[in-house]
Amino acid sequence: MKQFISFVKKEFYHILRDRRTLFILLGMPIVQIIIFGFALTNEVKNAKFAILDQSGDIATRQITDELDASRYFDLASSLKNYEEIEHLFRQGKVKLVVVFPPSFNSDLQHFNSAQIQLVADASDPNTATTLTGYATTIIKDYQLRLLHDKKLPYTINTTARMLYNSQLKGAYSFVPGVMAMVLMLVCTMMTAITIVREKETGTMEIMLVSPIQPLKIIIAKAVPYLLLSIINIASILLLSVFVLDVPIKGNLLLLISEGILFTLTCLSFGLLISSVTESQQTAMFISLVGMFLPTVMLSGFMFPIENMPLPLRIISRAVPAKWFYDIVKSVMIKGLSFQYVAKETIILAGMTVFLLALSIKKFKTRLA
Amino acid sequence: MSAVSVNKLTKLYHTKKERVKAVEEVSFEVSKGELFGIIGPDGAGKTSLFRMLTTLLLPDGGSATVDGSDIVKDVKAIRKKVGYMPGRFSLYQDLTVQENLDFFATIFNTTVIENYDLIKDIYVQIEPFKTRRAGKLSGGMKQKLALCCALIHRPVVLFLDEPTTGVDAVSRKEFWDMLKRLKDQAITILVSTPYMDEAALCDRVALMQTGRILSTGTPTSIISSFASNLFTVKAEKMYPLLCDLEAWDGARDSYSFGEFHHVILNAQYDVGQLRTYLDSKAHSNVEIHTTQPNIEDCFMQLMQN
Repeated sequence: MKQFISFVKKEFYHILRDRRTLFILLGMPIVQIIIFGFALTNEVKNAKFAILDQSGDIATRQITDELDASRYFDLASSLKNYEEIEHLFRQGKVKLVVVFPPSFNSDLQHFNSAQIQLVADASDPNTATTLTGYATTIIKDYQLRLLHDKKLPYTINTTARMLYNSQLKGAYSFVPGVMAMVLMLVCTMMTAITIVREKETGTMEIMLVSPIQPLKIIIAKAVPYLLLSIINIASILLLSVFVLDVPIKGNLLLLISEGILFTLTCLSFGLLISSVTESQQTAMFISLVGMFLPTVMLSGFMFPIENMPLPLRIISRAVPAKWFYDIVKSVMIKGLSFQYVAKETIILAGMTVFLLALSIKKFKTRLA
Repeated sequence: MSAVSVNKLTKLYHTKKERVKAVEEVSFEVSKGELFGIIGPDGAGKTSLFRMLTTLLLPDGGSATVDGSDIVKDVKAIRKKVGYMPGRFSLYQDLTVQENLDFFATIFNTTVIENYDLIKDIYVQIEPFKTRRAGKLSGGMKQKLALCCALIHRPVVLFLDEPTTGVDAVSRKEFWDMLKRLKDQAITILVSTPYMDEAALCDRVALMQTGRILSTGTPTSIISSFASNLFTVKAEKMYPLLCDLEAWDGARDSYSFGEFHHVILNAQYDVGQLRTYLDSKAHSNVEIHTTQPNIEDCFMQLMQN
């Protein structure tokens, strides 16, 4: 036991004395949450738009005002002819142009029908779709108001209710994602590197020619990173609650325990990598390709798994982060209790035991 | 019972094209309390040999025991009682001198205080720097610290792999003095070195080259087995001198050695004939002296055979 404590103490010295790495490890979650929370958002706000109003009547002015007044659009300029549209898009100054044909209002009043053209910059297809959608909704609202209390013969009113995230905030999906990503980086990569570093510097050679058991070496290496991860989980949760207004709907204790379980999975994977690699570079590369990329791509955090082809869907089931991402979403966002995430928890626990057993078995007690 | 007994130990390395015999049927015995040197150039197989004896590598043939324990079967027993200092400085560079020492003491289930008498002589030299990080020590200091760490659990057999490589001449001498003192503590020491002059400081040595042991014995016995008449030769132009010596029938071997050339004469030739020959080749300022052979001369001769 004394050996073990002494080993853990030594690991802490390593981590605490490498100030720069420590700073990155603790600062990374904070920076990522802030970047994802404020910079990398796919919500559209205050998009610049222009109008080509060939009619210039009361209806077109009202529609323009409605668009401008919404939080999605800002009127940037008023055009004179079609050629200017192309010109404006080339300059990239606006995302959407609304074209009113001549005699818009009189058509509307006399024929009960008028047309509006929406021209969008589809070099970014997602934004273009979102913007035309918003504009269409605003124009439809205007049209409904024109009807006053006249009844249309047949109407189907759809009302949508967005469960768990009524404001459709992006933060609800990326907080669990960032949590998975950060834990993966800290635990998998750092543990892998720290053990392989001892192989590179030759200290592992001395360690092996000593009575200490390999299991003790492995576990002692993991302990400091487990603690570091708990700090990271705490800082991510604090930031998301107090800065991004993402509430923790479920049981906090359950959420943290699941976080620790996932940390253990990552640590085991890091240990496995370190057991089979000989250089820090290889260890880093394998952790990045083998763990970090699948976490970002296949956990469902960036791209929905349901839309992927079958082979990728199957692979995603082997990615621990996918299960963790599901668990955090269920517990944190939906507020579900343990019984709803029991399956995912058991899978993660199984992966952990498997990876840990494999890495202990693969741990070389000799040099070659 | 000998402290270390090696019997036809062999280690192969497999590369894509060929099998390299790093250690080939090496056998020797080291008695208890002996300071035994393995002398050989880089690539002779010294490190592979040490790694097999410290259970870090599995041999491909032969057997060996360290303090009675088999290096393949009794791995745990050996790891408890040997001390090992690898060729490369292998302590934690970001830990202080004190922390390194405490750490290694704990790993070996002991304390610094318990065995302080053993390392005292060495430790007092690095004690003024005990709060300095190991990475910031000078080369000689690092070696002393590494030796302290390897000794802290009072090993029965101590393996030192090239402890003086890359260390200045003064520190080298100090280091060997320390080893001499350790001998008084009845610790068996195996030390490998590429420096021939260090051979004379060992009780017994094994000369090693390309995986094989060329000769084993006390430094004096190895030198006395060198049965040739050896001369040192010097002249104005050293390179033509060496060429002429190599071309001469009378010289069995000749090689440059510091500021002189060493020449071994064939049995029926004597120094007079050597002088006549060199005069005939019109060398100026020729100096010829008889000299005592040292380990390096023996090594050169053994390599020739």
